Amino acid sequence: MPAEPWYKRLYGWVERRVQLEGPIKEAALHPVPKSTASWWYVFGSASLVLLILQVVTGIMLGLVYAPSAAHAWTSLEVLNHELPLGWFLRAMHGWGSNFMVAVVLVHMAQVFLFGSYKYPRELTWIVGVFMLLMTLGMAFTGQVLRFDQDAYWGLGIGASIMGRIPWIGGQLVHLLLGGPIISGATLTRFFALHVFVIPGTLLAFTGLHVWMVLKLGINEWPMPGRIVRRDTYVQEYNELTHKDGIPFVPGAVWKDLVFSAAILFAVAVCAAVFGPYGPKGFPDPTIINTVPKPDFFFLWIYTVLSFLPPEMETPFILIAPIVAVVGLIALPLVAGVGEKSWWRRPVAVFSLMFIAVCWGEWTHLGTYTPWSPVMNAWSGAPVPPDLLHGRTPLERQGANVLQEKQCRNCHALGGKGGERGPALDEVATRLTEDQLYRQILLGGGNMPAYGSALSPAESTALVRYLETLHPGYQPAAEDASRYVVEAGGVPKKSTVERGAGQTPTR
Amino acid sequence: MDEKQGPPSPQEQEERLHEERVSRRTFLMNVGIALNAVVALAIATPVVAYVLGPILRKREYLAWVPVGNVGDFPLGETKLISFQNPFSEAWDGATAKIPAYVRHSATNEFTVFAINCAHLNCPVRWFSESQLFMCPCHGGVYYADGSRASGPPERGLFTYPLKVENGKLLINAGQMPTLQNKAKMDCPGAEQSSSPKIVARIEPCQPSPGTSDSTVG
Repeated sequence: MPAEPWYKRLYGWVERRVQLEGPIKEAALHPVPKSTASWWYVFGSASLVLLILQVVTGIMLGLVYAPSAAHAWTSLEVLNHELPLGWFLRAMHGWGSNFMVAVVLVHMAQVFLFGSYKYPRELTWIVGVFMLLMTLGMAFTGQVLRFDQDAYWGLGIGASIMGRIPWIGGQLVHLLLGGPIISGATLTRFFALHVFVIPGTLLAFTGLHVWMVLKLGINEWPMPGRIVRRDTYVQEYNELTHKDGIPFVPGAVWKDLVFSAAILFAVAVCAAVFGPYGPKGFPDPTIINTVPKPDFFFLWIYTVLSFLPPEMETPFILIAPIVAVVGLIALPLVAGVGEKSWWRRPVAVFSLMFIAVCWGEWTHLGTYTPWSPVMNAWSGAPVPPDLLHGRTPLERQGANVLQEKQCRNCHALGGKGGERGPALDEVATRLTEDQLYRQILLGGGNMPAYGSALSPAESTALVRYLETLHPGYQPAAEDASRYVVEAGGVPKKSTVERGAGQTPTR
Repeated sequence: MDEKQGPPSPQEQEERLHEERVSRRTFLMNVGIALNAVVALAIATPVVAYVLGPILRKREYLAWVPVGNVGDFPLGETKLISFQNPFSEAWDGATAKIPAYVRHSATNEFTVFAINCAHLNCPVRWFSESQLFMCPCHGGVYYADGSRASGPPERGLFTYPLKVENGKLLINAGQMPTLQNKAKMDCPGAEQSSSPKIVARIEPCQPSPGTSDSTVG
């Protein structure tokens, strides 16, 4: 008998002691329904691969990162600029996080659409819900570790939300921040959460999740009319896998491998092309000329918070997340049997579409925040020349007042300026002279009152200028009753009677 | 793999367990579990206290902090200042510095506003030309006296308790203002005038003199 090569002997030596070959072979070769060897079933494994990427790159960053409020920002700058490929590691970790949240959400949507959460995989879904929450928790705490201005004020937003909880909110804020205010203790807390607590739990839950997938089998491709029943499902599934099944390796796994490689490659390309996230401004709270913004996957929350009416805000913030999480957890318990196919589940399909459209639109709004004043528009966005052309000195003085009193921070002219209030390019067609005075001096409709900030001369000039802001084909709005009272005559002819497009001034 | 020995069948396991259940060994095992529970409890109690440390401190983080001489603040102006957090650690870095606004409204009448918007704690900016505080996050706007002008905040700006001693202005600071710890508003003379319904629902305090009274027409 020829002697075996050394590596086979080594393998045999180890295997006799660990005895892992059996369980691993069993897991790899277990039969799966042929229909599941599909490109739709690759998102779970890709999430796992991204999690591993995050762990590896995270450990690498941990070699350098200093979790101290005084030094964290500087250590990131060192990573970005002084250590070879430090920037690339940071970029991989940052983009890996983005991809992970995205792929986890796609995985969840696919599982929901395919009815995979139904009997007997309810607990797999519930564990998955907690894994989603932990993934989002990792994204938020990671944003805090990038200790810049956004992180500082993002913590403020988090603390402020916590502070709305009745009775114990104040204590919870102190617990969250590690003290009464954002400080070094806050960063060390979030470091422990981001590096030990959440990833440890997440890895344990991932193990459980994958274990259950192996034990219960991958969900078969949903067919309309194939109803899930508690007493027959397991038997039907076993028949399906044994009659029409293929071994997981290599039958299905090759698509997982190809997709994971593509995702990793995409992360690397994004990292190389777009580079690392920040750190943005130095986390000095006394630098208040900052516009804090959350990372991409939290923009939608930022949007929602800006649209809630004041009196609804606290109840909504406190109740909505609980309803959402309880709803997700309850889903497989409430709808654990029945149809799996999306062709027979219109409510599920439309719910998912509705959530996706809302999320997309809120995120889109969050990218340009039309509700925020543009803080430097009053000094940075001049009045367009054609809106000054042919005006009297008094009217031009009014344009001056418009700039000086920061009106432009909320009102656009020529497409530049804030979008909090309506654009003023054609304001004269909407408001008469009296209405302009009233609106400016008394405010209202979400506009502050400027009565105490304007002298009578300033308000006169401002209103005179605003009255000139109408297109050439449409005259300024006029109060018809004025002619009756002042001139004792009939009002001027209407726009239509006079013929649109006849007025010379713009 | 000859050396592998199959696990005992479920029936065998059940029989063995039954024998063990009533034996002296079972009793000793239970004693062991109880001992571990006692020790774990004894160890865990101080650990819980350690983790909850930040909320067990009782107000000792608040202190009177000088923010400048009275003469530093011209009458009728609102000035951005910063002060050192009264209890800070060496590794706090720049976060130990906290900004605030001091308003000198009438002779020796001061108000010190927290920088944090009452909506979600973003830093508000003061615009002296229009006499407004504006928040960059969600567009909360406040009048010069700190009362709510527009946007999502449900109340005016937070203020620090203050006192003047030996010509120095001191504020009682040390904690981040949130709706929970500063939710009680002083409303001097709030009962004197009635406000429009929509304002009353949001902000029970009337703006003090110096700003326009009506914000909603």
